[in-house]
Amino acid sequence: MTEKLVVIGAGMASGRVLDHLFESAPDAYDVTLFGAEPRGNYNRIMLSPVLSGEKTYDEIVTHDADWYAAHGVTCRFGEAVTGIDRDRKVVLSEAGETPYDKLLIATGSAPFIIPVPGKDLPGVITYRDLDDTNAMIEAAEKPGGRAVVIGGGLLGLEAAAGLKLRGMDVTVLHLMGHVMERQLDPTAGHLLKADLESRGIRVHTTANTHEIVGTDRVEAVRLDDGTEYPADIVCMAVGIRPETSLAKAAGLACGRGLHVDDQMVTSDESILAVGECVEHRGLCYGLVAPLYDMAKVAAKTLAGTEGAYEGSLTSTKLKVTGVDLFSAGDFADADDREEIVLRDAARGVYKRLVLQANRIIGAVMYGDTADGAWFFGLLKDGTDISEMRETLIFGPAYAGGTPLDPMAAVAALPDEAEICGCNGICKGQITSAIAGGATTLDGVRQTTKASSSCGTCTGLVEQLLSVTLGDAYAAPAAQPMCKCTDLTHEDVRRLIKSQELKAMPAVWQAGHWKTSCGCHVCRPALNYYLLSDWPDDYVDDGQSRFVNERNHANIQKDGTFSVVPRMWGGITTPDELRAIADAADKFSVPTVKVTGGQRIDLLGVQKQDLPSIWADLNAAGLVSGHAYAKGLRTVKTCVGTDHCRFGTQDSTGLGIKIEKAMWGSWTPHKVKMAVSGCPRNCAEATCKDVGVVCVDSGYEVSVAGAAGMDVKATEFLAKAETEDETLDLIMAFTQIYRENAKYLDRPYKWVAKVGLDWVKERVVEDLENRAALVARFKHSQSIYQVDPWAERANDTVAEKWSPMADLTLEAAE
Amino acid sequence: MNAQTETWIDIGALDDIPVRGARVIRTRVGCVALFRTAKDEVFAIDDDCPHKKGPLSEGIVHGKAVTCPLHNWVISLETGLVNAPDEGSVQTYPVRVSEGRVHLNPAQLAQGAGA
Repeated sequence: MTEKLVVIGAGMASGRVLDHLFESAPDAYDVTLFGAEPRGNYNRIMLSPVLSGEKTYDEIVTHDADWYAAHGVTCRFGEAVTGIDRDRKVVLSEAGETPYDKLLIATGSAPFIIPVPGKDLPGVITYRDLDDTNAMIEAAEKPGGRAVVIGGGLLGLEAAAGLKLRGMDVTVLHLMGHVMERQLDPTAGHLLKADLESRGIRVHTTANTHEIVGTDRVEAVRLDDGTEYPADIVCMAVGIRPETSLAKAAGLACGRGLHVDDQMVTSDESILAVGECVEHRGLCYGLVAPLYDMAKVAAKTLAGTEGAYEGSLTSTKLKVTGVDLFSAGDFADADDREEIVLRDAARGVYKRLVLQANRIIGAVMYGDTADGAWFFGLLKDGTDISEMRETLIFGPAYAGGTPLDPMAAVAALPDEAEICGCNGICKGQITSAIAGGATTLDGVRQTTKASSSCGTCTGLVEQLLSVTLGDAYAAPAAQPMCKCTDLTHEDVRRLIKSQELKAMPAVWQAGHWKTSCGCHVCRPALNYYLLSDWPDDYVDDGQSRFVNERNHANIQKDGTFSVVPRMWGGITTPDELRAIADAADKFSVPTVKVTGGQRIDLLGVQKQDLPSIWADLNAAGLVSGHAYAKGLRTVKTCVGTDHCRFGTQDSTGLGIKIEKAMWGSWTPHKVKMAVSGCPRNCAEATCKDVGVVCVDSGYEVSVAGAAGMDVKATEFLAKAETEDETLDLIMAFTQIYRENAKYLDRPYKWVAKVGLDWVKERVVEDLENRAALVARFKHSQSIYQVDPWAERANDTVAEKWSPMADLTLEAAE
Repeated sequence: MNAQTETWIDIGALDDIPVRGARVIRTRVGCVALFRTAKDEVFAIDDDCPHKKGPLSEGIVHGKAVTCPLHNWVISLETGLVNAPDEGSVQTYPVRVSEGRVHLNPAQLAQGAGA
């Protein structure tokens, strides 16, 4: 007999309860899930990296529609629950009544809004969910925008750092004397404040907000002392309160939060609660680790097995890239307490341990937090430290006399040492998972959940993998761009856009490049990303291009080059052919070949002859065919209605129009197109990057084909009625590929990564977005559509194609 | 050291070589490539990659190294040695820059011709 479980709240806590429940008792319940947000469950603590642009929403999703479907969960997202009728055991919502046998309340918390005048003005936002995050990202798009963050706690500072990275002018107002006063002592708070200020974030402590000023929307924030900070947005991040209104209305026992016992059961035995909305033994929690502990117990109670939650000790890390801080336990001064402090001002390191009766009861670390997990382990276990007290502050590396090597430090950790604070996973669980076959970071994440939440312990988990497996441990799957950086191509593209990096040195700096000026792998990619994202600002760097693009010709194995003039749509004239023949004679071109893309290739031209042969071809009206470029190569056509008895449209004319619009555009990899006049497809359009097949009623545009190392037919993108619409679709598709793909991914590889539906949504369905893509493509073309041959055929430039000096006649002896 | 050590030949202006780029000079032992790094250091090495004779002067210059345009072998401009895991080396030639002019010591060219 399957019972009905109704869950109110689709957040991290309830998501984790369902994870555990489906593992231990997959068929026990028929689950209905209500969520206020119109989307599935995501990792809320990773919103800060989304705000700063270091991650995307897709990367932080934990449960998507497929997951819910696979587990038979009925999702009612975006539907507000209005009440609970405990006598009849039904949940009331807009759509009616939903009966339950067991009810799980996981309504989380609501942001605390300080009651000052102007708090309801447009532009005042809180920082709790994805919509808030998106609202801030949107506000940050305005150049020179100013943000005021009220609240210098964990959340407020992460918001401030994110907004700053997005390019806003940011001020943090904090009521107390130092930031993060609940987690940090004054010294560490001061170090953090100095660190934030060095990043350009203004921090005003003991700031009592008097009012938020503005008529139609926020304009400024005024303090009690009269100081006024102008603001385009105000982010209110002063704290949270458990969201208990539903529970209270239903008559469940509540204090600050909804009361639960050690089994996570409320005052009604059919109703359980977990997460930020609950109060357990007088405490409410706002961090993820306790939520997960509660979820484990709630799942056990639901499955009818025994479990007890006995409260959590928590530790904190700030998720701001480049700031290392750790805090745990209680670190207030008191008579019966002693402390050990280590300061290294030059390195910005501060460590403080608070001891009581030879046990650590509090730890604050700033600048170097590598030993945090070890101290936290000693604190949780109540270990007597009198034996190692003299070297305690130096961490585990000194405790056992082991050498100062991070690997040795990890190896020295006891099995009970906690590695992942979010999920409460200790070293022993991870090493046994590794021994059980989880030999990759992802494997460990899947089997133990370690490092799958906030991610700050990823380094430790990787060290454990390498300590346990030795040489058998392979590096994580996300491949860095090259040896110069740890960032992936995708990370770098996001960084360039979100931080508006417009020059290569800026990218090297922001991405912590380990080399002075990159290498042959990253430089061509960066050059492309920058010129595609900032056509107005970035100056193309020829020295960061591969040889062919630098010389506008294809290098051959003997060091000579090949020259291919453009033939629009594969159409040529006797005059053009004569000019090509003359050039081939004049420069003793050894091989003349017709290419697969309907062009003529002159192979075996000497480098120093390139400018002259280009000048001759230019004079006959021929321009570069870009046969060497990561850009548009050719648009191949058949003769269509001009001559063919089967042709349905003017495929040659359309091909020429497409080629005239697209030539000269730089793309992540080469792009080949074709237009066939009827479904017999003589131009082989259905294995191109973009192919058009004409039919009686219009034009079928398909994309992402391949006919190289891989052979793949194109996938249907959309049908257009007119040539103009066809052209718009092609330009929009090319532009979205230019803006998003990894360098050297052909469209078929890139589309396989993002999915054709993702592309269709933006290129086909969203007409406004299509127009915006076309406009951006045309703007880029207004700058980059120039014939490189004409630019380089003049004498001063041509000189550089010749040797600098000739010493063959120089007497060496 | 032989007697030619102090003979230097003026090759051309430093500015004729693109930054992080190269130009070649013809010699009796084949083409020699003159490289200019981002920090305006100049190095001269044989233009032919020891792998399949790719023209090193057409490669991407990074730090004090160049990547061959044909198969991405990386060669040190300072020592002429090929970076691991590939193996091999090219001849290097002494060059100096003074008052914006690049000078090359041809002694090695003679030795190269004899080798």
